[in-house]
Amino acid sequence: MADGTRGKGDRKNPPDDEAALSARLESLGDRLATVRRPTENDSRSPQTADTTGMARGLRLSTELVAGVLVGAAIGWLLDRWLGISPWGLIVFLLLGFAAGVLNVMRVAGVAPDRTK
Amino acid sequence: MADPVQQFEIVKLFPVAKIGGQEIAFTNSAAFMVLAVVGITGFLLTSTARRAVVPGRMQSLAELSYEFVASTIGSTTGKEGMRFFPFVFSLFMFVLVANLVGLVPYTFTVTSHIIITVALAMSVFLTVVVYGVWKHGLHFFGLFVPKGIPIFILPLIVFIEVLSFISRPISHSVRLFANMLAGHITLKVFASFITLLGGLGAVGIASAVLPLAMVIGLTALELLVAFLQAYVFTILTCIYLNDALHPGH
Repeated sequence: MADGTRGKGDRKNPPDDEAALSARLESLGDRLATVRRPTENDSRSPQTADTTGMARGLRLSTELVAGVLVGAAIGWLLDRWLGISPWGLIVFLLLGFAAGVLNVMRVAGVAPDRTK
Repeated sequence: MADPVQQFEIVKLFPVAKIGGQEIAFTNSAAFMVLAVVGITGFLLTSTARRAVVPGRMQSLAELSYEFVASTIGSTTGKEGMRFFPFVFSLFMFVLVANLVGLVPYTFTVTSHIIITVALAMSVFLTVVVYGVWKHGLHFFGLFVPKGIPIFILPLIVFIEVLSFISRPISHSVRLFANMLAGHITLKVFASFITLLGGLGAVGIASAVLPLAMVIGLTALELLVAFLQAYVFTILTCIYLNDALHPGH
């Protein structure tokens, strides 16, 4: 609908209006850029803030368990392969617990992220 | 009382092939995975077919999903992360549609099986490791060596960092699987309370209103969880991919 009327208008316009049209397009592009820029820079706009909060909460729930499980699994396998039961399980369960706590602290933002 | 776990049963629909004496069958799980993929592809193709400057409803939805994933990648990994956009977008759409389809009664929830979520999480994990090593070589393993740690406790820290890294695909997959499984079991249990109470005469029917209200509330909650879990899965994928892109900054 809007496209149709615009097309008719263009056909009627003399060629020297093209410069004005391109100037208008340029200014529109600038305005679009200024509108877009803030959303790119601060991605955590207020609209998504509560969603990310709940998402972070959901993340926390399994991080600790995963660390302990991995530690226990590695320890148990080492015990079986090397026949050093129960030392592998004891040591790696503790290390796994530490890893799990580290995971949780990273998600909670208490410990610094390793990438920074 | 109906068995609340029966909904997760794998049913063989028809056999496809036999590999090494093991029958490979097309199951209801496979059928719903195909449904999800076909649904996503069909939705994206039909909604973007017109390529209108002023988008219609369906095209807005497609553009919204694109913008959502693109901004998630952009905010966690920066511009370089966009090379993983097809991968992340496919994961997000698959998990989201599989979660949402599972909410329709009489359907099968693909993501409530840990084998599916582990496969998805392992594909992310392997992508991170392979891409990280390919792009950065041994420097990638600097991820496990935090800076500013005294040398005499460094081996211990490296061990803990490695364990923390290995635990990622587990927490990544278990979170999605457990949330979907628990949510669907809870729905089923409360729904079966309604029929049980309904069989107890007038008083039973009157009190069956309570679990009915609960089921309605839970369904709304599950709808939120279905979306949030897809979002959490996506954002974690981005965070892990960020380690492959910029290890040890």
